[in-house]
Amino acid sequence: MADHVATANGRAPTPGTPATLWASERLRAIVRTAFPFLVIGGLWELVARLGIFPPRLFPPLEEVAATFVRLTAEGILPHHAVETVGRLLAGFALAAVVGVVIGIAMGRSRRAEDIFLPLVSIGAPVPGLAYAPLFLLWFGLGNVGAILLVGFVSAFPVIINSWTGVKAVKEVWVRAAQSMGADDQRLFRKVILPGALPYILTGLRLGLAQAWRILVGVEMLAAVPWGLGWMIFGAREFLNTDVMLAGIVVIGAIGLALEKLVFQRLERYTVVRWGMMTS
Amino acid sequence: MNAAGSRTQSVRRGAVTLAAAAAVYELIARSGIFPAALVPTLPAVLQTLWSMLLDGTMLTHAFHTVYRMVCGLALAIVVGLPLGILMARFRAVEQFFLPLVSVFMPIPSLAWVPVFILWFGLGNTTTILVVFYAATFPMVLNAWTGVRSVNPLWLRAAGAMGAKGQDLFWKVIVPGASPFIITGVRQAFLRSFVAVVGAEIIAASAWGLGWVIFDAKEFLNADVMLASLAVIGCIGFAFERLVFGSLERATILRWGMVRAAKS
Repeated sequence: MADHVATANGRAPTPGTPATLWASERLRAIVRTAFPFLVIGGLWELVARLGIFPPRLFPPLEEVAATFVRLTAEGILPHHAVETVGRLLAGFALAAVVGVVIGIAMGRSRRAEDIFLPLVSIGAPVPGLAYAPLFLLWFGLGNVGAILLVGFVSAFPVIINSWTGVKAVKEVWVRAAQSMGADDQRLFRKVILPGALPYILTGLRLGLAQAWRILVGVEMLAAVPWGLGWMIFGAREFLNTDVMLAGIVVIGAIGLALEKLVFQRLERYTVVRWGMMTS
Repeated sequence: MNAAGSRTQSVRRGAVTLAAAAAVYELIARSGIFPAALVPTLPAVLQTLWSMLLDGTMLTHAFHTVYRMVCGLALAIVVGLPLGILMARFRAVEQFFLPLVSVFMPIPSLAWVPVFILWFGLGNTTTILVVFYAATFPMVLNAWTGVRSVNPLWLRAAGAMGAKGQDLFWKVIVPGASPFIITGVRQAFLRSFVAVVGAEIIAASAWGLGWVIFDAKEFLNADVMLASLAVIGCIGFAFERLVFGSLERATILRWGMVRAAKS
């Protein structure tokens, strides 16, 4: 979904245009992108200044910015962010490894499919956070429960997509490779894995997005000492709306960075380059 | 082997797997490795579920959850669908909203829960708004993509046959974009289901399946938690299969826009 956003935004300048024209074109694009945010910011500022809501609950933007700078300078915000990202990566790594292995096994072996498919199709539709109290009860508050839950929840899209991907490898390719004398191992490494990779990558991408959405909620519940979700939730007790909004800004930035820096790049280097998908 | 035979066989194998999983769980629960309050036996869970269904509490919880979700989802469709279509049709609208959508979409809806609690208090408003936030973005993006990916040949063909304005929009663009729009509604539903349960857990109100799970944790009522999880799973399954399945059959499958999956 979000890749449409990127391609539509990043209109590349046509080659051959003079450098000055290109620069002004770029400037126009930046202004155009910034304009909606200026409008929203202006509206926010207006509402905040008019005093419709108490300023504690609806702080003006410069207060949020000041809080953001203060928390960053004190190292509080980076600490929260690092803990959150660490938890995200740990949970997602778990989901990626387990999910891809189970998914490929399901695609390759009938028996594995029979075993896992009913479990996956029952477990997947339940919203992730609904498992949270159960996981906290079983594994205790803190990191273990949170990471396991994030891994568990984000494994489902990885499993389902890897399974579909292996199943979607064209029968002709498999037979062609076999007739050219590929053994099982080479068939798997050279045909099935590259063939299934677009699906697997989609699954990983969905899994990471899911992990990210769940993690923020889990941090609010699991009473971890650090973490952005916890910071936002804790700030509620003291009516620190500015801290909450600063936290949301960081959360949005991390989410955007995950999408733009990790996945679009990964996709470009693998499946797009191999011609499996057009960018 | 014919299709029906392989189908009954896979159903049978699925049932065997589930029975085996239940047996393993039951064995662990009875072995006493974990305290019985944390890992209740399946008959205990079923009994709790049955008694909660009988005295009506479970239905009230489920009703509140579904009510909040449907309100938020309806709001998201009413706002998101026209917005997505306008974004695809008018460049100015696209240029204004696209940057906003791509920046706000990666923020998980649950991150807004504490802020919304401060602004709107605990209760329905907060939960519905969180659901709305979660469900709007897939709706907008899919409607936008759908309208843009309508085959230009169809537009030109309709134009050559004299369709314009209203006709072109309702008879060509909307049906052409419908597979994406229905996918959007589906994704919006999945997101809103996740959001409603999460918001109920965090913004504890008096009723709702998310709340009852979280509340049960305080009293170590693992049987209540598992019973509510079962109900949540059933609701998700029912919406996904019955509501969206029949929606798809009535529209895009009948119009021949997509084929039904073979298996």
